[in-house]
Amino acid sequence: MPTYDETDVGTELPEREFSITRLDLVRYAGASGDFNVIHWNERIARSVGLPDVIAHGMLTMATAARLVTDWVGDPAALETYDVRFSRPVVVPDDDLGATLVVSGRVVEKLGRGRVCIDLSASVAGAGVLTGARAIVRLSDGQG
Amino acid sequence: MPVNRAHIGRAVRSSTPIEITRGDIRRFAAAIGDGNPLYLDADAARAKGYRDVLAPPTFLITVAGSTGPGLLSDPALGLNFSLVVHGQQGFTLHLPVCAGDVLESETRIDDVRDAGRNELICLITEFTSAGSPVATLTNTIVSRGTAAGAT
Repeated sequence: MPTYDETDVGTELPEREFSITRLDLVRYAGASGDFNVIHWNERIARSVGLPDVIAHGMLTMATAARLVTDWVGDPAALETYDVRFSRPVVVPDDDLGATLVVSGRVVEKLGRGRVCIDLSASVAGAGVLTGARAIVRLSDGQG
Repeated sequence: MPVNRAHIGRAVRSSTPIEITRGDIRRFAAAIGDGNPLYLDADAARAKGYRDVLAPPTFLITVAGSTGPGLLSDPALGLNFSLVVHGQQGFTLHLPVCAGDVLESETRIDDVRDAGRNELICLITEFTSAGSPVATLTNTIVSRGTAAGAT
């Protein structure tokens, strides 16, 4: 697990890919209670001007968070997490779905063991989150 | 039609205690594809010093609905859900949330303002446990094309 002392501004969180399929949207709808039809009904999604069914923004946000929580080890070390949803994640009706590519970078050391991480998330090269930023608490290396 | 700005500042409290269960956490972790043992295995969580399995960082969005929709579905607010998309979301997590926790929440409409042709509705939800702050969620939803003067 990374320690505060060993972590520098510019430390990269290795890029990862996550697939989001229609089944994932159904599962997230059930677990979250968000049954907005644009996340499962192609007919209605298109009728309100969307290209197809889109993922829950909160599923994208939760998936991107895994880059940070897996890196830091203890998910409860995440103290703040903010995103803006800049572009919908369109999920086609096929077996591959959408591929979300997430990367991160430490942009500031805040003292008291806290570091600020900027995340980027894209699908097919187009960013889907802006201003995605997390503050996490790292151990100081002395336990 | 623009959202009724007389509703800025209105707040709703959860009417019943919000009970966080192992099953809810397990289902949510599965839905986000995250097999972290701290979400699934109470022994692993206790070994790390937690009371029980830990909730993932964005888990509380699933129970923010205990208060938010009442505010937004009030016909007098004039919000058309088919025009709504999620604009922004933020979490400030003061304390770990674990299975067995019993929380209260209050959601308020913090602001409504124009952004070009759209309107932004900013909500703040405070979660507490026996009065102590647990988490603060900020949520901006976008009402597309409803700003005054937008056609």
